[in-house]
Amino acid sequence: MAATRFAAKIAGMTKASGVFRIGTGAGFSSDRLDPAVDLARRGELDVMVLECLGERTIAFAHRDRMADPRRGYNSHLERRMRALLPACKAAGTVIVSNMGAANPRAAAEKTRDIARDIGLTGLKIACIEGDDITALVSPATPFMDEPGTVADIHRPIVGMNAYLGADAILPALEAGADVIIGGRLADPSMYLAPLIARYGWRDDALLGAGSLVGHLMECGMQITGGYFADPGVKDVPDLAACGYPIAEVSADGSAVITKLPKTGGRVSAATVKEQLLYEVHDPAAYLTPDVTADFSRVDVKEIESDRVRVTNAGGRARPQRLKVTVGFDAGFLAEAGVSYAGPAATMRGRLACDVVRERLASVYGIDTNVRVDLIGASSLFATAGASGNDSEDVRVHAALRTTDREQAELMLWEVESLLCCGPAGGGGFRGQITAAVETKSLLIDRALVKPTIEMLVS
Amino acid sequence: MSVPGRNERRLVRDIAHARAGDKGNTSNINVWVYDPADYGLLKRTLTAERIEREFPNLVRGKVTRYEIDHLHGLNFVLRDSLEGGVNASLNLDSHGKSWSYLLLGLTLASDA
Repeated sequence: MAATRFAAKIAGMTKASGVFRIGTGAGFSSDRLDPAVDLARRGELDVMVLECLGERTIAFAHRDRMADPRRGYNSHLERRMRALLPACKAAGTVIVSNMGAANPRAAAEKTRDIARDIGLTGLKIACIEGDDITALVSPATPFMDEPGTVADIHRPIVGMNAYLGADAILPALEAGADVIIGGRLADPSMYLAPLIARYGWRDDALLGAGSLVGHLMECGMQITGGYFADPGVKDVPDLAACGYPIAEVSADGSAVITKLPKTGGRVSAATVKEQLLYEVHDPAAYLTPDVTADFSRVDVKEIESDRVRVTNAGGRARPQRLKVTVGFDAGFLAEAGVSYAGPAATMRGRLACDVVRERLASVYGIDTNVRVDLIGASSLFATAGASGNDSEDVRVHAALRTTDREQAELMLWEVESLLCCGPAGGGGFRGQITAAVETKSLLIDRALVKPTIEMLVS
Repeated sequence: MSVPGRNERRLVRDIAHARAGDKGNTSNINVWVYDPADYGLLKRTLTAERIEREFPNLVRGKVTRYEIDHLHGLNFVLRDSLEGGVNASLNLDSHGKSWSYLLLGLTLASDA
């Protein structure tokens, strides 16, 4: 991976002060767009990553694609690309994204069409495929971290995707892509690949350092003050105008996490530490397709206001097998609610819950995979056994998982019947039935997974 | 403020902050003290055994505690603690994102 092989685009980067600047312009499928446009315009970025895929997001995307072969990619892709392509092109910023979800091809073609439509000709859009490995997995394949095999789930499979690493993304960078779109690109790998392209990293410790940058950045504002504010103990300035993060990464693997001036939010040792171990189990062994990263000795230091330096990540050999997410059709989730307020609202709400439970069981035989909570008294922490003080504004919330649409509809009907047949003063019925998916994880030999790249030009 | 047992009514939230994440049916919760001087108190307060004992109906599996001493924080891994996980849970918060506040709502260990 000699530096001479890099496309001029990446090799010529490192704009400001000898560091490589990567920004996050989305940290989940429904993340905000306006702060991403601000970052694209003012951030002087080398790369902007749009991370838009979770385990369930991709399963729902497969369902979308089954319903319409032209869909199955992120539903905000068109809005995002229309807003970001001009600014990123003007700034020479490469976009890397997994917005392709279950249909990277359609996402890349849509992006090319948008580029043409807004007058950006000659834009190179790399489409990465090969993560959909449904044809490669036998029904006898065991699940990861739990008993059972694929064959044990007697529900239709909606899709299977292997997590692709930096090695799947690198050739697109070397070929000079302006936009790189894939499906199940692993979150940290979208950050690591440009760093490998820029700095030629091969050592596991450096791959671990680059993966730390990706891990810290991949959830967007969760490191700049989003998902952090707790008034009185953890205040965040101007949360409504929170800015997306920027990582200034040096050749030695150290990085400074920061954000644009004149944006809301904050970057502090505390915001960085909360994200450091977000969704991490053993801090010394964080597995990615690229490396077994070690975050256990990472140092976190505030060097200026809204600038935090992270150093000392480590790494060991990458796992031999790649993680795969399998999605199954799981029928429906039905939810319905009615509210009570004023004196003795909690007592009236509890009575309503009892009536719903009793009648679902006795009239409809619905007594499994159903739950009735009283929001305001006991809901999120009901199983944990913690409940707050009696509230004078509560809401019955019933939830049912079923593969039988009829049962889902009957549950909604029963809750709505509280309006005339339940305790006094109930109001505000709402009910909805949504499609449900079940996801499981398994492992596949990485030699079986063969990513491909095709370059589209607008 | 210096009488023994003064911490009986104080909560973990008074000295620490936390974030929860999910993977399958496993929750992980990282907890960090604001003031390094409180790290010993946090370690005495939040033990794996206490978390198992406080929430027996929710936390059905083993709790593992990782200590990140140089950053004054703890990372807890709670197996079988998400009511089946995001695929199966009937909890409104099927990811258990709010579990961080289960730990922050516990009372601090006594200094006495």
